[in-house]
Formats: sequence, C-alpha cells, structure tokens
Amino acid sequence: MKGLAALRPAPVKGWTVNQTQSSAGPPALRLSGITKRFPGVVANDAVDLTVHAGEVLALLGENGAGKSTLISILYGLYQPDEGAVELAGQPVRIGSPAQARRLGIGLVPQHPLLVSRHTVAENLALGRVGGLFPARRVAGQVRELSARYGLEVNPEARVSDLSPGEKQRVEIVRALLGGARVLILDEPTSVLTPQEAEGLFRVMRELKADGRSLIFISHKLDEVLAVADRVTVLRRGKVVGGVPTRGATRESLAELMVGRSVDFTRKRAGGPGAEAGALLSVRDLSAQGARGLPALRGVSFELRRGEVLGVAGIAGNGQSELVEVLAGLHAATGSVTLDSQALTGDAAARFRSGVAHIPEDRIHSGTVPSMTVAENLALRDFERPPLARGLARDLTATDERARREVEAYGVATPGIHTPTRLLSGGNIQKLILARELAGQPKLILAVHPTYGLDIGATDQVHRVLLDRTGDGAGVLLVSEDLDELLSLSDRVAVMVGGSLLGPFPVAEVTRESLGLLMGGAHPHSIPGADQGPTQNGVMA
Amino acid sequence: MDSIVIEALVRALAVGTPLLLACLGAILNERAGVVNLGVEGMMAVGALAAFAVASKSPDASLWAAVGAAMLAGAALSLLHAFATVTLRANQFVSGLALALIGTGAAGLLGKKFEGLPLFNKVPDWTLGGFTISPFTVAALILAGLLAFWLTATRGGLTLRSVGENPAAADVLGVNVGLTRVLAVLGGGALAGLAGAFLSLSYRSSWADNMTNGLGWIAVALVIFVGWRPLRAIAGALFFGFLYYLQFRLQGNSNVPTEVFSAMPFILVLVVLALAGVRGQAGDAPAALGRAYVRGER
Ligand SMILES: Nc1ncnc2c1ncn2[C@@H]1O[C@H](COP(=O)(O)OP(=O)(O)OP(=O)(O)O)[C@@H](O)[C@H]1O
Ligand SMILES: [Mg+2]
Repeated sequence: MKGLAALRPAPVKGWTVNQTQSSAGPPALRLSGITKRFPGVVANDAVDLTVHAGEVLALLGENGAGKSTLISILYGLYQPDEGAVELAGQPVRIGSPAQARRLGIGLVPQHPLLVSRHTVAENLALGRVGGLFPARRVAGQVRELSARYGLEVNPEARVSDLSPGEKQRVEIVRALLGGARVLILDEPTSVLTPQEAEGLFRVMRELKADGRSLIFISHKLDEVLAVADRVTVLRRGKVVGGVPTRGATRESLAELMVGRSVDFTRKRAGGPGAEAGALLSVRDLSAQGARGLPALRGVSFELRRGEVLGVAGIAGNGQSELVEVLAGLHAATGSVTLDSQALTGDAAARFRSGVAHIPEDRIHSGTVPSMTVAENLALRDFERPPLARGLARDLTATDERARREVEAYGVATPGIHTPTRLLSGGNIQKLILARELAGQPKLILAVHPTYGLDIGATDQVHRVLLDRTGDGAGVLLVSEDLDELLSLSDRVAVMVGGSLLGPFPVAEVTRESLGLLMGGAHPHSIPGADQGPTQNGVMA
Repeated sequence: MDSIVIEALVRALAVGTPLLLACLGAILNERAGVVNLGVEGMMAVGALAAFAVASKSPDASLWAAVGAAMLAGAALSLLHAFATVTLRANQFVSGLALALIGTGAAGLLGKKFEGLPLFNKVPDWTLGGFTISPFTVAALILAGLLAFWLTATRGGLTLRSVGENPAAADVLGVNVGLTRVLAVLGGGALAGLAGAFLSLSYRSSWADNMTNGLGWIAVALVIFVGWRPLRAIAGALFFGFLYYLQFRLQGNSNVPTEVFSAMPFILVLVVLALAGVRGQAGDAPAALGRAYVRGER
C-alpha cells in the first residue's frame, strides 16, 4: 500500500458510488435485530440499521441511549447477544477490531485511544507498518493525508502534548490511513473548534463522494443537518425513528430524540451591570505551560457577582492554564482575589473557599474511573461531616446523598455502586457537575461543561449554571462552542496566545467577530468589537 | 594505580554481566507491561541447567549448556506468563512465588552437582591485555540490539504499545496476550543466560544460592535505568562495582559476614532510593503490572 492510492476504496461487488437510495443493490452495511445486554441495562434492544454506499448516516440519541455500544459491536469490541451484521449483502461475524479493520470498518472513537508516551507517527504505525523504522515510514503518508484534507497533525509530536482536538485528528487520520469503507465517527466534533469541525466535514464529504459509508454520532443537531443524509434515532437502546435530513429541522430532530420539544432560544436575559461589584479579580497573571513556554501573559480581568463570563479561543491558547491556575492546579505569578480575599492554596483549599471546577478531561482528571458513582460523588468532601464522623466515613450518608444527586441530575446508571468507567460519556459529565455544584460554590470554573451531553442534558446544565448566578455565583465558562458562549454569557473574552482580549458585552460581539479574534485578528479591526470595554482587558 | 583501576573495571564488568543480562530480560517483559520478580529464581535454574549439561562429559557442548540455561529460564517464566496473562493473577505475587520456586528447585536438584568439576569452562577472551568473558561481550551487544529493536522495529513498537496502552494495541489487531507471553519468555531466557554465565564462566562450578541476590538487584536496576537498555550498561557496571567492593571488604575486615550476606538487599534499597531521587518511577510503562481485559472500560 503506497500513499494516497490506498485511500481509494477497492471496487467491491454490489457497491455503487454516490447512491443514497436503497433501490439498487444491497446496502453497504445492515444491522438486524442487534441486542446487547449489560448487567442492569439493555444497551441495545433489537436494533435495525442500514447505511448505503456514499451515504452519511447520523446516529442520534440521548446520553446512554446505546450509540457507543452499537458501534462497539460493529467494530468487534463487543459481541452482540442477538442479531446479525451484513456487509454489502454478505453476512459477517466481527470477532475483533482487527477483523473489523480487515473488513473495511474504521472507527474514530469517542475517547481517543492512543499511547500517550509515543509520537503521533508511532501511534499511526502500530499494527500497520512492518519492518524497520515503522514510524518514519508512516510519517510521509500522514503528511500527505493531512495536507490533502486540511487535518493538521505533526507526526513527530508526542501524543501527551496534544490537545483533545489534536488527538481526535490523529484518530481520524488513522481511520483514513486504514482505507476504511465504512467509517464510524463517535462524537468526533465534541472537542473540535468550529474551524476544525468544518475541516472534518469537508473530509467527510470527500469520503462520501468516494463511495464510502459514514456513521456519524453527534449531539450537535446543526452539524447533523449540515453533513448527514439520513438520521436514525435511538432511545433507551431501541430505534425510535429514522428520517432523511432534507426537510428536517433542529426542532424536529430534537423532538424525535427526547420525545418532547426543546427550546433553543437564548436563555440569558440580561446579566448584572458593573454595579454588581467584582467577585473575582485577576491581576497580571502569568504562567508557564508545558515545555516551559509562556501559557499566560499578564492576564487581568474581573468577574462580577452573578455574571457568566465566557472565554472563547482555539484550544491551546491558554484557556486550560487559566482555569487550572484559578483552581489551584497550576503555578502562576500575579494576584487573584475572590470576594476581596486573596485566593491561594491547593485545589482542596480553594474548593473549600468556594471554587468549583468542571475540568476539561472528565475521565482522567474529573473522576476516578474504577471507583463507584457514590465514591466519585463524595471525592470532594468524604472526610468531612456529613459524610464522615470523626475518622470514620458515614457510608449511609454518602449513599443517601449519592442517590439524591443521581436523581437530581438524571445520571443514568445501573446503581450508585457501579464503577464510573461503565457509565456513558455524558453521564460521567453529569456526575462531575453534581459533585462540583453540590457545595453552593461562589465561583464556578466550567470548561466545556456540556461536552458530550445530549440536548436535554445540555439544556439542564445551562439552567443549573444560570440558576447559580441568580444566587450571586460567578461562572467562568470556557467553551469552544460559540453558540453556547453566546447564549449563556453576559460578557465574552477571547484568549489568543496566552493573552486575554476583552471582555466584551455579549451584545457587541457576533460569531464572526469572535471567530476572527480567536484567529488572532486585532480587536480594533473588527466591527462590533471595537467599543468593547477595555478597562480590564489587555489590549495588545 | 592504573592496574587497580583496570582490575576494578574488569571485575565490575564481570559481576555486571549477569546483572546486565537479567536486567535486559526484565526490561523486555516490563516494557510489555509484565513485572516479573522471579528473576532470581530463573537465574538459579539457568545456572543449574547449564552446569548439568556441561558437566555431563568432557566433550559436552557449551552451546548446548547455554541453550539449556535459556530454555530452563524460559520454561520457569512460562509459569509466570500463564498465571499473569492467562489467569490474570497478581504479577507481584506470582513473581515472588517464581523466585522461591526457582531458587528452591535449583537448590534441591543441584545437590548432586555440588563440588563437581566443570570439564571445560567457557574460555575468556583476551582483548588488549585484559581478559573478558564472551558472555560480557554478548551482553553488551544484546543491550545495543534490544535498544535498537525496541525503538526502530515493528516488533519493538508493538511490544512498547502493549506495555503502555494494551487497549489501544488490541483495537489495532495486536495480540496483547501473545505479545506479553513472548516478552515474559524472552525475559526468562535472558535471566537463564545470566545464570549460565555464573556457572560456566564466572565460577565454573555449581553451588547452592550462587545467584546471591543478583536477580533482585537486576529487578531494581530496571527502575534505576528507567527501562532503557543502553542505560542498563552503565547501571550494571556501577552496581557490579559496588558488588566488587563488597567482596574486597569482605576479605579485609572484621565486619561480621551476616552484614555482607545482607548486602544484595541493601543494594536493592540503594538502587530504588537513587531511582526515587531521580524521579524515575515516572518512566514506568503506563500499563506495568496490570492485567489486560478486553472491553473493560
Ligand atoms: N461495559 C459495560 N458494562 C456495563 N454497562 C455498560 C457498558 N457499556 C455501556 N454500558 C451501559 O450501556 C448504556 C449505553 O451506553 P453507551 O455508552 O452506548 O451510550 P451512548 O449512547 O454512547 O451515550 P453518550 O451519548 O453519553 O456517549 C449505558 O447505560 C451504559 O451505562
Ligand atoms: Mg457514547
């Protein structure tokens, strides 16, 4: 296999290019009656699904609906309890991921599955390239591919240094290298910036034109409408409907998904004015990032009582460091005061002084995957009353509170003693929210708080965050989803190269002006952003 | 003055040889994610097997003796592979058991070889005026080969990936279990080879407990050298030198012998403390010591 020639699908009998109707020939992929049970849940219940060559099928469903389980079956990670899989009319048994790959099925998993200590090229060479210097051999192909599809990846970079979005890109390149005819993308855009996502959609359209079949999972309905041809909706493991995207709207899809209508309008009326007073004030904050490069360069701003301050920016411009510094996880110079008191100490001390943190990486820094739901919910305060008496933990109180929170936040779990690694992605996120918001925090540091959440849950999280501002809490909301920022924030700041631009009142910015600022344009050259209040901003 | 330095270096190289061989073996299986604490046992079994073959007759093949040692080490390590990879038993417990089984079995089966002569030991080579065992040369070459193989070949990449993130390797069609079993067998064979050096070259006799804690030091050395084969050369030399010092002191002092018999274990602590100071535990393969179960989230 040499270069891009390998990307062209081999002609297969019964495969027709650019055909989106089922009239001619068997579908590229057909699942019939797939059932998969886990202890306590039926994750997939007699699921039927077809995808044709040259078609993008979107798989929709709430958190825990069984989407990841279904594609794990397709990729040979799980064996179905019942049901059959057909590829191009041929019945197949997919015993392992390797077999799935041989059959031409590629997967971009929801959580990148990479060896962090290895380079990108080493990861991509694994299981593919033989002989001597496998990494060096694959690097050329990777560069070719990334140039062709505009997927920027540096083959020499170490995976542990990559942002979540960059890791996702590595997985996409891997699937493309494998020359998959059926490509499955499990929430590939949840950590991508709008520009990166647009790049991915271009890739998807090209692959579709090549006659490949794509299964696309996303909770962002705009994306689904933009890129998919057809939609299949799962609810509690069952297929509850399927429609072509032509003629569908965001509202109609949402209703199909959650079974009730969902409100997409801006939820925030008007935030507090300058008279509300500063809750958090940050002066001249500077910090080093990984590899000793400056990650924050003299960042100053104020967050008012009861305000939602949005922070936009392309991943890797200092947003993560800013939040980590405020949460007490990263060293910095400069001063930070919360409620006129200097904010110092480690993460635990800051949590006690009212700082809640919803971290970016929910699996590794947000939870302990092997511990139970109840234990993860108690992580912040298991050693204090009411969860402890003296030196002993009060397990009854812990369980009771866990039950209440699971109920209140709608965490779908077989039980409170289930290890969190068994929960679906969205439910892990709900669990973190439940824990972090339990203690009536004054300052909520939220990084991609709705990453991976379905529309119902997103709506719920937004309401919870806004509720807290009603009680005077301030929210620092870091998100790559500009629509989320614009619909929740009172003011929006942009981070570029470790500096903070703004904050600007939300009425004075648009998607486009933010996008330009994120790309490094000068604020004065952007209409709408030029009268932004600069008294707190660091204008370069 | 010069001759003392050279003498010390030559002796350090000699004691360093089994350390290096066993350490390379342990690096091999640990980079695949399997800790094997049984090095001492596999070394003992290897030493005995080599001696048993070589002492059978005056014209016994030394190659056959070396082969027997490696086979014996690998055979013993198969128990560990079966327990930890197939049955997913705790790697530390299984390795400890292996060390006990190996040293015990070698002691028991080796009774009749005690005091027997070795007809022909592996002849030393003379290089530029001082003597060096072929085992030492082989160990140095093996260190280079292992370093190259791990970083620059498909097999090495596969093995390292299995030790870092077996789930990622599994998804890509790598047979995680088989890779780990082979790595453990390789580790066992190298520990056996280290044993052969002791009974065919270093001592050219068989005695109970002739491994004398070297296997334990080798296990600790892996951490000290940060799981890197080339650094293992320097590490083995350094600890070979400390070992040599111990022999020298033992001869010329009134310190009770019990102190010296405790020496290997003190050295293990020294190794681990030094590694800790240098923060090397962070270099450990990410999946080290953990059994792999497919589909477990
Ligand atoms: N290995 C497992 N063991 C036990 N239960 C599991 C396992 N994998 C998934 N589940 C359960 O099966 C259900 C479906 O999970 P799945 O991950 O497929 O949901 P999803 O639709 O992908 O959700 P999300 O949008 O949150 O990613 C959930 O209730 C989950 O807890
Ligand atoms: Mg999922």
